[in-house]
Amino acid sequence: MSLLRVEQLTHYFGGLRAVHNFSLTIEAGRMHGLIGPNGAGKTTIFNLITGVHAPTAGRVVFAGEEITGLQPHRIAARGLGRTFQDLKLWRHMTVLEHVKMARYATIGYGLIGAFFGTPRRRREEAEIEENACRLLEMLGIEHLAEQVVTNLPYGVQRRVEMARALALDPRLLLLDEPTVGMTPEELNQMMELIRRINGELGLAILLIEHRMKMVMELCRHISVVVFGDLIAEGAPAAIQNDRRVIEAYLGKDTVAT
Amino acid sequence: MQTVSQIIPAADKPRRVARVFGHTPFLAWLLGAAAAVLLEHLLGETFAGLVGLSKVPVLFGLMILMSKPLLFPGALLYVAVIYLLPLLCVAGLLTRPANLVAAALLRFGPAFAVIVHLALFYGVLHFWADISGYRELTVKFTLIAVLLTLSLNLINGYMGEFSCSHPGFMALGAYGASTFTLTLFVNNPLFGKALLPGFLGPWLFPLGLVFGGLLASLGALLIAIPSFKTRGDYLAIISLAFLFIVKSLLENLPFLGGPRGMGGQPDYAGLPVVFAWTAMGVWIMNNYVRSTLGKSLNAIRDDEAAAEAMSVDTRHTKMTAFMFAAFWAGVAGGLFAHVMRFINPATFGVQRLAEMLAMVYFGGLNSVYGSIVGAVSLNLLGEALRPLELFKWIFIPLLLILVMIFRPTGLLAFREFDAVRLVRPLDRDSQGGAP
Ligand SMILES: Nc1ncnc2c1ncn2[C@@H]1O[C@H](COP(=O)(O)OP(=O)(O)O)[C@@H](O)[C@H]1O
Ligand SMILES: [Mg+2]
Repeated sequence: MSLLRVEQLTHYFGGLRAVHNFSLTIEAGRMHGLIGPNGAGKTTIFNLITGVHAPTAGRVVFAGEEITGLQPHRIAARGLGRTFQDLKLWRHMTVLEHVKMARYATIGYGLIGAFFGTPRRRREEAEIEENACRLLEMLGIEHLAEQVVTNLPYGVQRRVEMARALALDPRLLLLDEPTVGMTPEELNQMMELIRRINGELGLAILLIEHRMKMVMELCRHISVVVFGDLIAEGAPAAIQNDRRVIEAYLGKDTVAT
Repeated sequence: MQTVSQIIPAADKPRRVARVFGHTPFLAWLLGAAAAVLLEHLLGETFAGLVGLSKVPVLFGLMILMSKPLLFPGALLYVAVIYLLPLLCVAGLLTRPANLVAAALLRFGPAFAVIVHLALFYGVLHFWADISGYRELTVKFTLIAVLLTLSLNLINGYMGEFSCSHPGFMALGAYGASTFTLTLFVNNPLFGKALLPGFLGPWLFPLGLVFGGLLASLGALLIAIPSFKTRGDYLAIISLAFLFIVKSLLENLPFLGGPRGMGGQPDYAGLPVVFAWTAMGVWIMNNYVRSTLGKSLNAIRDDEAAAEAMSVDTRHTKMTAFMFAAFWAGVAGGLFAHVMRFINPATFGVQRLAEMLAMVYFGGLNSVYGSIVGAVSLNLLGEALRPLELFKWIFIPLLLILVMIFRPTGLLAFREFDAVRLVRPLDRDSQGGAP
């Protein structure tokens, strides 16, 4: 059974067809690339999978259960973590608070615990904090735990977002252009990190990436979308040589380099 | 006098002040305040006469600031000699022993230390308020204002929505609790003969307050269902409409007294009762906003889409927080009704809303300290401006505008309130021996 199965997804924004008949299958523990030019509909596909928009047509099946049309927080709680292209951090909150927040769905102490500070709450909060600290350590930002995110450099903010998504304890991680706007050094670190998450934690990853080279290096399966249509799918080598991909997406770039 | 000069160095040596008072724990300040209050009880009257005042200045001389400005210097002198001098001397002198005591208290557990401090604080407040009935009344209203401000802060600050219905919730609580006590314990023209013996009243009064609070929560549910259905800024409009509906409903229900209101509430809301409820409300609300469950309010405010993507049930959180805030506004309303012992619909109008918003935004968003500071300072300001009643309604909106321009989040925004940290000893030994 595949971890994620997206079937014939179509989505319209009013009259604009952003995604058309898009299908995708991801096996547990795999890393899958999703590429395409700006405005191709990649982010929209993420939003459809994570429940931000309900698709006009089509189905999303995650771990054997249909999740089409569920609210985003329910989908997240089932183990589907994501990051955002435009870094949606909570600007008044600390790094540690970010990571703790992603444990929301697992909180069992309820309002009574929250209001009266019961022993159960203390125990659960301690667990949440310990788990969060471990993740921060893994991402090398534990020394920034008490910092408010707004004051941190961009590369670190990306890591915070990643840590937060990992705190959901997901089975599948959706990364929306995690290296956009990074310096070459930050980019290398991020690639290394993505590899580790996939390798050490065994997480399946769906990666939207603009830089062709990076996707080719990281992923063994790639889907290419153009104007909402899936135009090619397969191994990097096959994609690289696909005539339609070269025409539509790589176009002048490949010719130039 | 030698000790005084050791403790209060010349003003041009702020470093030394910081060094002297940097290790002064909260306990020492409380003891200093206790000394000041004691001094006032012993010498207040006499000293007031010496500086040309006819009686002890009730609120630091703020009340005569407008009506008899010529007497104000005398009041300032009074504040300096009767309050500040003993406060600083005793706090400074007792720094070392108070640190030892604070450390000893903590050894019995943080809850014990906090309760001892709270009891001492109450004692000081009680004896300070004891001097005049007017002072006691102001203290009660200020405590109630703290509850109102903090609960409104939950929505407008912590959650980042804009709610206008707080006076409406207060009204529901006030009318709910009043109906409860008047029906059960008082022979009263509106509700007839008392149903229960009067001596039960003070003991069952908490039930009346909770009843009022729940009524307010129910009102909040009516607002929350349409407001939080979809994303968008509907809350401001819907809650404002709710405020007007509640007010005109109360004006048009003759069995609740109509526009003339409801009076004769029994005298159940003494200072200890009001203080206990305020302390409990602050404690519970602060517990909530410091838990991961409650921090989700901040996540919703800062980025709702990200909160959803991180498994936060945003709609549920918003609705519970809104009803929770309304509950405390309702409790505050019930207390208010039993302090005033008279309520009418006009009390819970837009003016009250402006006052509450001013307290929240002046004191500071997303902050318990801010809510306390906002409630206290605006209540004192209100008393100072009382002789110019009309001007109050120019000053307070003006203040709101100035705050918005120069410090949009308020004086003490985004501070975490940790009672255990507040009461800890501050000497070097207790801070892990760091130099
Ligand atoms: N919320 C929205 N409302 C209307 N149009 C949208 C919305 N989100 C995206 N679009 C449109 O859908 C198309 C695909 O956008 P997007 O998925 O963001 O592309 P990509 O991530 O591949 O760059 C674009 O034309 C964009 O303008
Ligand atoms: Mg995009």
